[in-house]
Order: sequence, then C-alpha cells, then structure tokens
Amino acid sequence: MSWFKRENADLTSAPAPEGEDAERRVRTDGLWVKCLGCRQAIWKADLEANLNVCPKCGYHFGMDAQERVASLLEPGYELVDQGLRSTDPLNFTDIKPYKLRLEQGRRQTGLDDAILNAVGDLGPIPVVLSVMEYAFAGGSMGAVVGETIARAVDRSLAGRKPLIIVTASGGARMQEGIVSLLQMAKISSGLAQMDDKRIPYICVLTHPTYGGVTASFAMLGDLNVAEPGALIGFAGPRVIEQTIRQKLPEGFQRSEFLLEKGFLDAVMSRKELKQYLIRALEFMQVPA
Amino acid sequence: MSEEQAGKPLPAAVAAAWERVERARHPQRPYPMDLIGRIFTDFSEIHGDRRFGDDEAVACGMARLAMPGGTTQEVLVIGIRKGGTTKEKVRRNFGMPNPEGYRKALRSMKLAEKFNRPVIAIIDVTAAYPGIGAEERGQGEAIARNLLEMSRLKVPTISVITGEGGSGGALGLAVADRVLILESAVYSVIPPEGAAAIMWRDAGQKQFAAAALRITAPEVADLGCVDGIVPEPAGGIYTDPEAGAIVLGDTIRRHLAELQAMPLDQLIATRRNKFRNLAQFYTETPPQPRQTSPEEASSRV
Repeated sequence: MSWFKRENADLTSAPAPEGEDAERRVRTDGLWVKCLGCRQAIWKADLEANLNVCPKCGYHFGMDAQERVASLLEPGYELVDQGLRSTDPLNFTDIKPYKLRLEQGRRQTGLDDAILNAVGDLGPIPVVLSVMEYAFAGGSMGAVVGETIARAVDRSLAGRKPLIIVTASGGARMQEGIVSLLQMAKISSGLAQMDDKRIPYICVLTHPTYGGVTASFAMLGDLNVAEPGALIGFAGPRVIEQTIRQKLPEGFQRSEFLLEKGFLDAVMSRKELKQYLIRALEFMQVPA
Repeated sequence: MSEEQAGKPLPAAVAAAWERVERARHPQRPYPMDLIGRIFTDFSEIHGDRRFGDDEAVACGMARLAMPGGTTQEVLVIGIRKGGTTKEKVRRNFGMPNPEGYRKALRSMKLAEKFNRPVIAIIDVTAAYPGIGAEERGQGEAIARNLLEMSRLKVPTISVITGEGGSGGALGLAVADRVLILESAVYSVIPPEGAAAIMWRDAGQKQFAAAALRITAPEVADLGCVDGIVPEPAGGIYTDPEAGAIVLGDTIRRHLAELQAMPLDQLIATRRNKFRNLAQFYTETPPQPRQTSPEEASSRV
C-alpha cells in the first residue's frame, strides 16, 4: 500500500521544440551523470577529475583506453603498435556484416581495434602497457587484439621491461571464429617466455573481463589485480543460469568474490592502483 | 531442427556445414576412450588434481604405443570422457570438464615431462563446464595455466580433435606441437547454438551460425589453425571405427617419430613460433604517415 496515489496517467515529457526554439533550449545533457552505484547526481567534471570514480560512493565507472594510459603513465609516453586492422578472415555476417561493426567501432573509439599499446614510465619504472578498449566491439579479442598484445609481450621480452595489461573484454571475438580462439594460445605462449626470463607481468582486471580473456592472459599475471566491483569470470552469468537453471548468488563473479576464492592478489581502487603497481614492480626488479 | 525452417530448405552451404556438426556429434561416433583403447595398450589411469578432486570428464593415464620397428613407446594419454549411456553421461558431466579436469591434465603432463614421455591428448568436448562451482574454483585460471604450461612443456605433444573441439575447453588441452583434427570433426570458438543465441538472438539459427563460423576441419585447416586433417573411412568414422582408429594411430606414430627426431630446444622453439605466428589476419598501415602528422598523434592521446 502506498501513501500517495497518482491520479493521472504517467507524466509525459514536453514535446521536443522545433526549428529555432531547439537552439534556445538549455542543454544540461552531459553535464551531470547519475551514479550507477549510489544513484546520486554527480557533476561530470568532478567525476572526470576523480578518474571516473564516484566521489560520493566510490563506484568505478568505465574508463576508455586512452584515459587509462594517461592515468597510469607519466607524460611523454608513446602510443605504439597502431594501424593494425582486421581482414575479417571469415567474411562474417550475422544480422549485420562484421565489417560494418568494425567501422562503427573505429568511429566510436578513434582506435583501429579494441586495444592500445603504449611504452612509457610508470612512476620511475619504464614499462610496456597494453590496454583493452571495451567500447570497441565489447573489447573482444580477435586477430588484431591478439597480435597487438603479442607485440607488447615481444617489446617486454626485447627490452626486459615489465608488462602491464589492463583487461576489459567480453572474451574472444565470435566474428573471427577459431582465429580469435587461437589468440589465447598466442599470448599465453609469449607470457611463458616472460616467466622463463623472470620479466614481471601484472594484469589489471577491470569491468568486465570474461571468456577467452579470463581463460588466458587475465589469469596469468605474476600478480592479478582488479578494480572494485568488476565482473570477472569464464562463463557469462546468463550462460550459467541457463545451464544450471538457478538464480546466481548476490555478488557472484565480482572482484571481491574472486578475491575471496583466491584468484586475485588484490582489489585496488583506481586511485591506489598506480602506487600499488609501482610498489609491486619494485619488488619484482631482479638484479641484473 | 527449428520449426520455421522445417518448411524452407536451407542453402546448400548451410546444410553441408550443419551436416558436419551432426557428424561430429553422431551418437555412434567413437569417443576418445574408444579410440585410445584401439590405438594404445596397457592404459593405466591416474586420478585427481591433488587440489580439489577428480574430474570424471577427463581421463589421464599411462599407456603404450607400438612403434614401427617393433619398439614400444611409453606415453601419457589424455582423453575426454563423454559417456555412452545416460547414467554414464551424467557421471561424466556430458564430457564437460571442471577446473579439476584441466588441473589433473596439467599434473599428468608435468609427470610425463619429468620422465620424458610424450603427451597425446584425444579431444571431443562440447565446452568447459559453465557452472557455479567451476567459476568458484577458477575455470578460467585452470585453462589459462594449461595454455601457458603446454607451450613450454619439455616433451613432444600431439593433440587430436576427434569430434567437437569446443572453444577454450578444447584449447586447454591443445597447445601442442601437432594439432590434428579428424575429417568430420569441428573446432570452434563457440558452439553454433550459443553463437545463434548471442549473435542472431535466435537459437533456431544454429545452422546459419555453424556455416558462418567456419568450424569444419577443412575450413579450420585453411585458416591455418590446425596442423593436419586425419582422414576418416568413407561415410564417417562411426561406420568403421576400427579402420578409423588404424589411420589415426598411424598418423600419431608418424608425427611422434618426427617430433622425437628434433632436439628439445628446437622442438620448443618451433612450437612457440607456430603459436606466435598463426592466425594473423590483419593489415598494417606503415607507421610513417602517423609520425609525420604530430597533430593527429597528439589528438589520439
């Protein structure tokens, strides 16, 4: 039973102004953001100044690959390994041609695919950084993402520099079929060489990280660190629910759940992440 | 199978692709353990991952392989167990391994490495099991660890996909010196049903998904994602499992002899290079133009 009753039908918004009036309308769009965690309104500039973390409740909003690189590396870093584009090896079409999806991804993100490599300094330490871009086809891993990360591994091996990969991905890119599956093996065998040569590799898992990314490099760091509240898993929640025909428990596949189960070394807020990484790399510096 | 398609015939290519899937899943198709029984002798199973439990969907064991010239080779064999009867299928979790299965396989492979025995994996798996327990115990980590460790295992390794090569569930046992696939088997990043449900938003489109994903043995080989196709008897291996097993056994012997002739360093370097360089489907624009326009470069930062 509610205290108040709405007598009229649902409220409708005012009709969109036409012609010249449209320009006179005050545009608040984009200045305020509603927090998905605490549901409060946040001024967008505050949010951006705070690394896309809600200043009120600490909810971590997504961050694009370029912001991520800038948030971790000192100014003067260099973006590398760009210009790779998928050839659409299966000539794939579902309800929409894959080539169109690629174009759309490029337009929306300004990247050639869902990955961005950079070399630069993390604090005082020269590193290779590879960041996945979720806004490009759900961060999915096809031949270009696989090759780009493999090149980051090659750079680490060649320069004996620590590698940091920031994941955000739905998994393997279905539109590239078996080609995308084998990228998992490509990257993992490179990481085995880094392990042999005792070159540090740290994986930073962000929301969301799934499928073939979890089942390869995301779980293979010397340290695996996640942002708070990120969903991380092998199978997606819907697939599991359909398989077992039960509701999933609260908090299932969140970072904190994985920490409890022993699959993460730490859950770090975005503000503390950089210091933690620097501290870890100092520990891992092997005397030459 | 979907009702609305029963009326109109499928395009020929789609029907052909789906027929391959049905062959790969044919109920009479010999399962890995049938083939292992026909090809190897003295199979002695070893159980458990020493961490949590024993996965009944994955069998690992010591076995012997008769080699040309009358010698016998000790090998470590891994096979997926799908189970035949319904009761057996339930016991084997329909051949869908949990993390323990991958960890048991890795423990067995490490054992083989210690005693310098080649590893042969016979794979027919729909998928790694997507369940709550599997997630809690790190399905992703278990598969990932196998990819990494298999890439540097210090013994010859051969993996054969004999039915369904189901995504990470298969790849977790297939980072090998030689990855072979039976003629009517399939190797896919996702089962056609799953792809149809996700990408077409209609599980009834599975035949179209099967065709679009290019999962049949010849297509996967054309993409350079396996090292060879093993022919089956005309009409499929289920029409004559014995003959099929003889061909497969001889193929395994031939590859094994080649691998054993290689020095260890070369073996591992060759394996690494193969996985580093396969599945490269991209174009590359030379970096020079980007460097000549600093404005563009800085706008991307």
